[in-house]
Amino acid sequence: MGAVVALDQLLADRTVWRGNAPARTAFPAQPTGLAALDAALPFGGWPPASLSEVLAPCDGVGELSLLWPTLARLTGAHQPVVIVAPPYLPYAPAWHLAGVALDHVLVLRADARGALWAAEQCLRSSACGAVLCWPNHASDQALRRLQVASETGQTLGFAFRSERSADNPSPAALRIQIHAKPRRVRVLKCRGANPPAQSIPLPPFALA
Amino acid sequence: MLRQRPPSPRALALLTGPAHRRTVHAINDEAAARGLRPGLSVQAAQALASDCEWAEFDPTALERDRQLVAAWAYGYSSQVSLVFADAVVLEVGQSMELFGPWPVFERRLRVELADLGFRHRIVAAPNAWAARTLANTHDGLGVEQPQLSAALGRLPVPAAGFDADVADAFTRMGLKRLAQVVAAPREAIARRFPPAVLDWIDALRGRPLPLRVYQPPSIFDRRMEFDHEIELASGLQFPLRRLIGDLAAFVRARDGGIQRFRVVFEYDRFEAATIDVGLLAPERDAVRLLDVARHRLERVALNGPVRAVQLVADDLPPFVPPSGDLFEPHAQGMLSFDQLRERLRARLGDAEVHGLATDLDHRPERAWRTQRERSEPLAALADARPAWLLQQPIPLRARVDILFGPERVESGWWDGEDVRRDYYIVETKEGQVAWVYTAAGERGPFMLHGFFA
Repeated sequence: MGAVVALDQLLADRTVWRGNAPARTAFPAQPTGLAALDAALPFGGWPPASLSEVLAPCDGVGELSLLWPTLARLTGAHQPVVIVAPPYLPYAPAWHLAGVALDHVLVLRADARGALWAAEQCLRSSACGAVLCWPNHASDQALRRLQVASETGQTLGFAFRSERSADNPSPAALRIQIHAKPRRVRVLKCRGANPPAQSIPLPPFALA
Repeated sequence: MLRQRPPSPRALALLTGPAHRRTVHAINDEAAARGLRPGLSVQAAQALASDCEWAEFDPTALERDRQLVAAWAYGYSSQVSLVFADAVVLEVGQSMELFGPWPVFERRLRVELADLGFRHRIVAAPNAWAARTLANTHDGLGVEQPQLSAALGRLPVPAAGFDADVADAFTRMGLKRLAQVVAAPREAIARRFPPAVLDWIDALRGRPLPLRVYQPPSIFDRRMEFDHEIELASGLQFPLRRLIGDLAAFVRARDGGIQRFRVVFEYDRFEAATIDVGLLAPERDAVRLLDVARHRLERVALNGPVRAVQLVADDLPPFVPPSGDLFEPHAQGMLSFDQLRERLRARLGDAEVHGLATDLDHRPERAWRTQRERSEPLAALADARPAWLLQQPIPLRARVDILFGPERVESGWWDGEDVRRDYYIVETKEGQVAWVYTAAGERGPFMLHGFFA
């Protein structure tokens, strides 16, 4: 018996899959702010210190509203949030209305390569609460680097990608797909448990 | 010059002087064993050692090496000076508390100098002038104040480091040892010799002048040119290792690290090729740096025979050593947010890294800023605003369902960029919720200005 590993350790590290039993981790929970989604996920929210992938058919279907409660909570606790090379301008009035403390938001503009580099640096530095990036044409290897960087820096990483990548495997700890009509989310993969079979409705946009 | 070549058992001599009167400037041990001496004419030298390699002496290379040694020495003392020819002096008295007693300290200096590839002589003395003078004849000497005048006095005048004609004059005056020169009346020396000679003797007597202190440069830039073109990548290993060793010594002395550097290959027949080498975190270990550089270069095909290699590093971030603290809450490589922002700024450019803030203007394009200037609330908190804004509105041709609107935005008449628009919130066929506008009072065509997301 060369290597004896404590079972608790294996389970805590989330390296052993345990069917449907909820995994306990050493990290505090990162609730999504959406009660139905929190209940469906094994960690009571976003997988801590990991990369989460949000897949959407196109921009503007609720991918940001899904994150806003989390971002509001993090920035409210003075944890910086970095938005790496967003596809459009994050519009300050709406983000402010959503409760995000803009003083703790940093926006980066970069080309695809620079964005990957920056996202990895931010995740690895453990100086940020969350890092948002759009690695749409990134290779599997690049995503794996982001996942490893999230783990090293113990930072929440969010990768927004097109739903076309849903069929390809991904190293992300959580994969969520957004359906636009009707607006729902479906969990494709969550490390540590079986993905829930049912999709979860998203709250409507506050339009008026 | 000698250090730019792999160690080889062949004799090597450096030549200097005009074409019609070439002389030997410096030699290696093998050449010395064949009877070569500095100052010999080329013809005589060639007669003595026909298998010797010849190379041109390059004074600028010597100066660069001196700069490198000074940068390295700066790691041991803040007081390093290059005022003496062919020597680097550093103040070690203050440094011994940290680096141990002189014999230990000296051994350490020797090991590192040997690693850098410098042949050297080391002398420690109570003042810089005495140390420089003693280094002419001694190596490994450490003199304290009480023995200093005796040690200096025994030195023959020709070896005391004076100019040749000054040394000649002293000898003709009958002063054979330095003790006699130091004992000679000041006025007599002042009358016969240039002031520099008197200053030097005064300094030896224990009245040193202030020395100009070396300031380390803020960038590293070194180039190595080859006598013959190098055709195989394996031939570049040695120069690369030498350059990276120099770089590591340079950043270590600054107590800094290196995160990015450039390797430039110069060709005779092609344009120079630049290869950027980047690391995840600042690093200063020569072995690690070389490893990374080698991996990077393995993927690069050389265009042809290489004439010269240059290594440039102008981004020298502070080095964060890996932390071994048991109770460290975060993983290694941790940066403060400010440090992170600095690093991002350095790589992406200042304007590409910005914050977010709202502004009081009613016009959508102006209701946000990249920086907070005032902490005022929003003008129109009641109205829904999109999460994404397009920098440039684009025409929207798809059929849409209007969910909400119109909202009249009419503002800006005072600064000539007035806006009169009716904003609608619409839903596209794909389920996107978009923010669009038309000219006030009309029902289309729509311009897409943002997305609710």
